[in-house]
Amino acid sequence: MSWKIPENLKYTKSDEWIDPQTGKVGITDYAQSQLSDVVYVEIIVSEGETVNKGDIIATIESVKAAADVYAPVSGKVVEVNEGLADTPEVVNSDPYGDAWLVRMEISDPSELDELMDADAYRKYCEERED
Amino acid sequence: MYTPHTPEERQAMLRAIGVERIEDLFVDVPAKYRYPKMNLPPAMTEMEATAQMQSLAEANEQVGKDLISFLGAGAYHHYVPAVVDHILRRGEFYTAYTPYQPEVSQGTLHAIFEYQSLMCALTGMEVANASMYDGATAVAEAVNMAYHVFRGKRPKAVLAPSLHPQYIATTLTYYGHSDREVVIPEEGPTAEPDVVLKYVDDRTSLVMVQYPDFFGRMYDFTELAQAVHERGALFGVAVNPMALGLFKAPGEMGADIVTAEGQPLGIPLSFGGPYLGVFATRKKYVRKIAGRLVGETVDSRGQRAYVLTLTAREQHIRRARATSNICTNNALMALAATVYLGLLGKQGLRQVAELNYHKAHYAAQRIAALEGYELAFPNTPFFNEFTVKTPVPASQILQALLDEFDILGGYDLGQDYPELDHHLLIAVTEMNTREQIDLLAEALNVIARRG
Amino acid sequence: MAQQDVKIREPLLIELSTPGRRGVRFPEPDVPQADLPEDLVRSDLPLPEVSEVDVVRHYTRLSQYNHGVDINFYPLGSCTMKYNPKVNEDMARLPGFLNIHPLQPVETVQGALAVMYTLQEALKEITGMAGVSLQPAAGAHGELTGVLIIREYHRSRGDTKRNKILVPDSAHGTNPASSAMSGMRVVEIPSDKRGNIDLEKLKAECDDTLAGLMITNPNTLGLFEEHIEEVVQAVHEAGGLVYGDGANLNALLGIARFGDMGFDVVHLNLHKTFSTPHGGGGPGSGPVAVAEHLVDFLPGPVVTIVDQDEEGTPIYGFTWPEKSIGRVKAFYGHFGVMVRALTYILMLGADGLRQVAEDAVLNANYLRVLLQDTYHIPYNRLCKHEFVAEGRWPDAPGIRALDISKRLMDFGFHPPTNYFPLIVHEALMIEPTETESKATLDAFIDAMKQIAREARENPELLRKAPHNTPFGRVDEVRAARQLILTWFDWA
Repeated sequence: MSWKIPENLKYTKSDEWIDPQTGKVGITDYAQSQLSDVVYVEIIVSEGETVNKGDIIATIESVKAAADVYAPVSGKVVEVNEGLADTPEVVNSDPYGDAWLVRMEISDPSELDELMDADAYRKYCEERED
Repeated sequence: MYTPHTPEERQAMLRAIGVERIEDLFVDVPAKYRYPKMNLPPAMTEMEATAQMQSLAEANEQVGKDLISFLGAGAYHHYVPAVVDHILRRGEFYTAYTPYQPEVSQGTLHAIFEYQSLMCALTGMEVANASMYDGATAVAEAVNMAYHVFRGKRPKAVLAPSLHPQYIATTLTYYGHSDREVVIPEEGPTAEPDVVLKYVDDRTSLVMVQYPDFFGRMYDFTELAQAVHERGALFGVAVNPMALGLFKAPGEMGADIVTAEGQPLGIPLSFGGPYLGVFATRKKYVRKIAGRLVGETVDSRGQRAYVLTLTAREQHIRRARATSNICTNNALMALAATVYLGLLGKQGLRQVAELNYHKAHYAAQRIAALEGYELAFPNTPFFNEFTVKTPVPASQILQALLDEFDILGGYDLGQDYPELDHHLLIAVTEMNTREQIDLLAEALNVIARRG
Repeated sequence: MAQQDVKIREPLLIELSTPGRRGVRFPEPDVPQADLPEDLVRSDLPLPEVSEVDVVRHYTRLSQYNHGVDINFYPLGSCTMKYNPKVNEDMARLPGFLNIHPLQPVETVQGALAVMYTLQEALKEITGMAGVSLQPAAGAHGELTGVLIIREYHRSRGDTKRNKILVPDSAHGTNPASSAMSGMRVVEIPSDKRGNIDLEKLKAECDDTLAGLMITNPNTLGLFEEHIEEVVQAVHEAGGLVYGDGANLNALLGIARFGDMGFDVVHLNLHKTFSTPHGGGGPGSGPVAVAEHLVDFLPGPVVTIVDQDEEGTPIYGFTWPEKSIGRVKAFYGHFGVMVRALTYILMLGADGLRQVAEDAVLNANYLRVLLQDTYHIPYNRLCKHEFVAEGRWPDAPGIRALDISKRLMDFGFHPPTNYFPLIVHEALMIEPTETESKATLDAFIDAMKQIAREARENPELLRKAPHNTPFGRVDEVRAARQLILTWFDWA
């Protein structure tokens, strides 16, 4: 198995990515492949809302699974990808691009250090494929 | 019975497994628990069991045969056309499981899609699930759905006091001691429907009313629905689906959720079950609806086909985070309602609903003309059930009707509401003839005169 | 109307509809017509209009697109798809059972109450429990009832901090869902290497917030819980109660009883263990049985003997348990299902019920042993009524359990349960039940072996299966994305 794991992002154990530069958050290629065909995305936080690391920010459903998406770090939600509701399939086709969920203003950049880099995340994905 | 192996076959299978005796297959069960004595009657043949069950069945007094019935209160004696049970008795339908494998379940899936469509036609809603257990649990699920629509931020549901008392009781059992609140207005059971508004605040997720209500009354809820919406809550209506053959659909009045006891649609009385819980709502809440949903799609050969959809809402995927725990529902009863509505169609349902209406109104008029009796709500429209004020306690009247006339005269409202012990709830359906209604009126007259 | 690009094998009722056609007529009113309240009368009733022949042919044709137990083998794990005896159907439809109103005075329905009472007593004997309520409508409804009883038991003792329910990771999804619905906090306990609940992890969660444990025994791997005594003891010592999910009782009829194992509350599935039909998804019936200390908490009303007549015949009545949690549905439960289950119990008796469990377990082990060289069975030990195999092979990449299932349809078999329990990859959960003959099992084994060969030699055959059914693979993604849920959505 091989998954796209961009070098410039940080990753969580629950398979979210965050771009330290832009503050965009989404789910990883590994996560979308586990879910299979995504049919529904619901972002449950709104612009201006403050979230803590680990809060549920979105729910993603496929035909056979449902996953909650957690905030990788604490901060303020400054933008929500409204268009995703109508095009849930881009979570499968472009998980790191058009399928970003929210953009955050990171309140404590030191929280980023607790996340995995691309190498660590790749190992973590491989471990789970027995 | 029903175990086909011969002793030789059993031996051959045990050998193949590599054990000597059948007992060897149970060595993992702690010895002290193994082979308990069960004190059950000795096995019967089919002939004997049939005779025993028949004698039990005959010990009951049947509605329509032994007894003339004017008893409703949530379960109604209606005519079920022969076709309905013939379809239900097809083994392909009743010996199938939930249609998880669509390629070999198109019969069930197609029928459920029709059921969903028919329920939406009837209620004026946009989506209906594949059924729930009954009218009571459907109300409890409405409370549950509304709670999840607001993500628990509006934990309160207000149930009109004129809802069926068993629907209220069921909902209270479900949520009575949890973080949810179920509020029943204190103005008394027969208060007008808008009494609920006083209890609606920004913590309220749902207001639930009944149509016709438990006392038989029908109201246009359009303004009430609007007022509830202005306060940010959802508006739910529990209906008698047969009434919708004649009366305005709750969808037209602005309802967000419609539930029903589907029993009047081709399902026999059967001492209270199995019946049919109907649940319909607006499409925008489709991801919060409990239970199964069938959607249209295509198969690999380009044929139109049906499949269970949005299953990610359900317990087998979402487990503790599912909206509801429902799994097995009442699908075969949904098939009964589908076949029934298919047969009756647009004209038949209207005709039977009108028959109910006219016969009930004739009965009401006859009874209201008797000395000592009067309609409790003379100025409120009703469908096939109405409340009568009686000169002596309703319980006494019912006993006399049964003992002397073999009549089930209705439901004694004093059972649930002590203040209404002189109130009788009378149901009249297409099954009641004019002669039966006249006999009821005469009997009531005799009983009243006697005091 | 319907979409242009699809072939229609069977129309929908609405497509069969012609204005003015009727399927049934009712008599003209024999009473004067009353005025209708014009403001409340509906203007439009958009129902189809078809004839009786249309309806009969339509649903007969549809029925032929279904697989049922009456057609062939249905080894759907955890669902106990045994034969549904025909006599049960006749008994449930006896006019004396069909035409009685739930609110008739009890003196007019003594036969119905006798049915309920006799069934309650039989289920007490079969489970070794002290009290039974027949009210719950299905398994999950029984679970909710059971958890509400547990909650109320603790509350009645002033023990209000107990809000945690433990659920093994192999459990049916209804267990955590039912717990959550009753306001409980759910903690999942992993399974150990032998497929038992992990005893150490369980003990670590046994504290003073523990309300109870929900356990399925045999579990969803089809395995008897080897440490059942320690499990029950640990929960009880912490002050919790043990809930037994009776979904798999078919393996234990006459073999072992929940009551003897120390369980406090259990539910049964009459539509699994006691041969009542599944009906394409229901109705079921999920009676709840409890130990002595919980009898007062059962939902009401329950049937009791209230008196006897001069000849000593019991007179039955409805009574409310003293600390009842209340009712969980209208009326008394699925009476028609109870009639079927009682007929079944009367015809089997104690020995017949034990034979059921023995043959169910014999059949499952026979399949397991004869398939174990072809399919990997991750927890391969003596099983009870079912076992779980993996539907994948290292040398058949790209073949999944689902492909095997779909290919089985070509042999006329219903597939096993797929993708459950969650702790086995590509799970194929196989439950033959006791009503299947050796010849049927052998034919199934042959099919499974042939499919395993095809997986290597002609994988496309599996991936495109089924081929011999009226419908091919159904596009679930399209259904979920376009979301057509009624014929009104076509517009």
